[in-house]
Amino acid sequence: MIGYILRRCIQAVFITFGVTLLVFLLLHLLPGGPARAILGPRATAVAIAQFNHDNGLDQPIWVQYGTYLGHITGLGSLFGGHGWSIDFGYSYKLNQSVGSLLAEDLPKTLVLVGLSYAIAIIIAVPLGIYQAVRRNKVDDYVLTGASFIFYSMPVFWLGIILIVLFSETLTHLPSEGPQGATVGDLFSQFSALILPVVTLALGTIALFSRYMRSSTLENMVQDYVRTARAKGASETRVLFLHVLRNALIPILTLIGLSISFIFSGALITEALFNFPGIGLLFWNAAIQQDYPVILGIIVVAALATVAGSLLADILYAVADPRVRYSR
Amino acid sequence: MTMGPTPQESALSIGPIAIAPVEAPPEVQDLVPAYETRGVWRLALDVFLEHRLAVFGVGVVVFMVLFCFIGPLIYHTNQVDSNLNDSFLAPGAGHVLGTDQDGFDVMGRLMVGGQTSIEVGIAAAFIATAFGVIWGAVAGFFGRFVDAVMMRLVDVFLAIPPLFLLLFLASAFQPITLMTLIIVVAIDAWLIPARLVRAETLTLRTRDYVQAVTMMGGSGARIVFRHIVPNAIGTIMVNATFQVADAIILVAALGFLGLGIPLPATNWGRMLSDGVTFIFDGYWWLIYPAGIAIVLTVVAFNFIGDGLRDALEVRLQKR
Repeated sequence: MIGYILRRCIQAVFITFGVTLLVFLLLHLLPGGPARAILGPRATAVAIAQFNHDNGLDQPIWVQYGTYLGHITGLGSLFGGHGWSIDFGYSYKLNQSVGSLLAEDLPKTLVLVGLSYAIAIIIAVPLGIYQAVRRNKVDDYVLTGASFIFYSMPVFWLGIILIVLFSETLTHLPSEGPQGATVGDLFSQFSALILPVVTLALGTIALFSRYMRSSTLENMVQDYVRTARAKGASETRVLFLHVLRNALIPILTLIGLSISFIFSGALITEALFNFPGIGLLFWNAAIQQDYPVILGIIVVAALATVAGSLLADILYAVADPRVRYSR
Repeated sequence: MTMGPTPQESALSIGPIAIAPVEAPPEVQDLVPAYETRGVWRLALDVFLEHRLAVFGVGVVVFMVLFCFIGPLIYHTNQVDSNLNDSFLAPGAGHVLGTDQDGFDVMGRLMVGGQTSIEVGIAAAFIATAFGVIWGAVAGFFGRFVDAVMMRLVDVFLAIPPLFLLLFLASAFQPITLMTLIIVVAIDAWLIPARLVRAETLTLRTRDYVQAVTMMGGSGARIVFRHIVPNAIGTIMVNATFQVADAIILVAALGFLGLGIPLPATNWGRMLSDGVTFIFDGYWWLIYPAGIAIVLTVVAFNFIGDGLRDALEVRLQKR
């Protein structure tokens, strides 16, 4: 068990380094390189050479990668005798370090994603159980149809419909996300938080409830359920004590594995609602070709994804003794 | 002991027992057709046609293709020069779905934008599937070190949230053309077929017929392409259909985020993001047509994928 977790952790670290290497290589295969992108098509060769020299881009690529790796792991400063500090580089466009940009915007994205996850789980789990109990009846079909619709709707289209419905026609919720530099600012404009969170949550509810329904259905025909019934346990007791516990296990995994899906949704949601998180930051950086910011956010997003799937594996092994890997 | 079969054995073996052919009366012969040997594909088609939503999906896709590619031949509009005098005209005579902020006819724009969305969606799904299949089959077949290295690379790609990877690639490949858009979407999409086909290959390569080819001295390439891939074709085709749906969403998302093909070319996602700017002005025709076109096409491909899964993935079939 511990060996398994350890092995998965080492794998996760390697994958994260793989991501930095991959993105770094792709970045340096670009025609023209970042200098051309930043200084514009009319920059002189001298200006480009100067820019490349200032940013260390005239070094061989493995030296550049080593330097970057040293900076983002903090090892460079540690061995340089400056104490341990992580350095993601400096934005080409925003006159701010990538680290401070991340520190400012990442918590806001985590609020958006966290709230959506919480709402999705609170709604999807009972919904899935209800559908499983009422399987193949009219209300199950209606709910399955609805979840299919929400699941296959692109996030941007769903968000637009919500804006039309709830900030123009029915009510007057703000169509723009909360603005401000800190997480406190977000909660002080609570009504502005509603539409972005709901947009992100709806697709997630659809995804989770589909899994919850099939997971509950699968467990309701297991032998242990028949045993519990035979011993005279009430239907509620069987459902909420025996089935629920087992049916939740795949959902645990799903939560961990859906992090990259949620982050992608958050990017669109933030772009649509002008919500000041890392998705919006990433979008602007991508349009302006601000590569230090792009690189920093990809590393953080990959870290979150890898941590999510690692957590899913560990929780899975902890929650279900049957699948404790011995390999 | 005699060499002949004991009565128990002969009851079980088929050989020596002659079954007298039972002739059906002529009138029954006419009603009951002799067993026709129908191919796998014919059977699959029958199952597919029973899936009503899948047939609906095919209908929608055929309609969309005709609308986008044949439509402009019938419904002539100028989609190259903007005409600001005619901007924001409401739907009516002359402009069936009105005009947008640059004076382009929305119906005509829907056709032009749809061409990009459908072309890129199908081309990207095709390239991603082809590449993913080769990658997954090679990794699964050779196993060990090759497999470990190839699949860790897939893991690395999968660790980056798809839209982040897509935006990064799109910003790196500026300026975006139809070709680069296809490549960018395909780079984002090849990972899933690669994983699926690898898993399929791992089970298929232990089958007797693959072992037999190995014994006969068949080369690795022959085993992969003549024996493993054809047997995984159901999984591959089902996934390819879902890939088209995903690719259309990705193209729309890129267009929506302003990283699609530059004007005057357009796609449904870009039309949407332009329309959002005027969301409070009551210009509904700038939002709904494009949005509905995206959702309808994506749902249609998903339905087709469901139908194909029923038809081709024999293991899931109830019959």
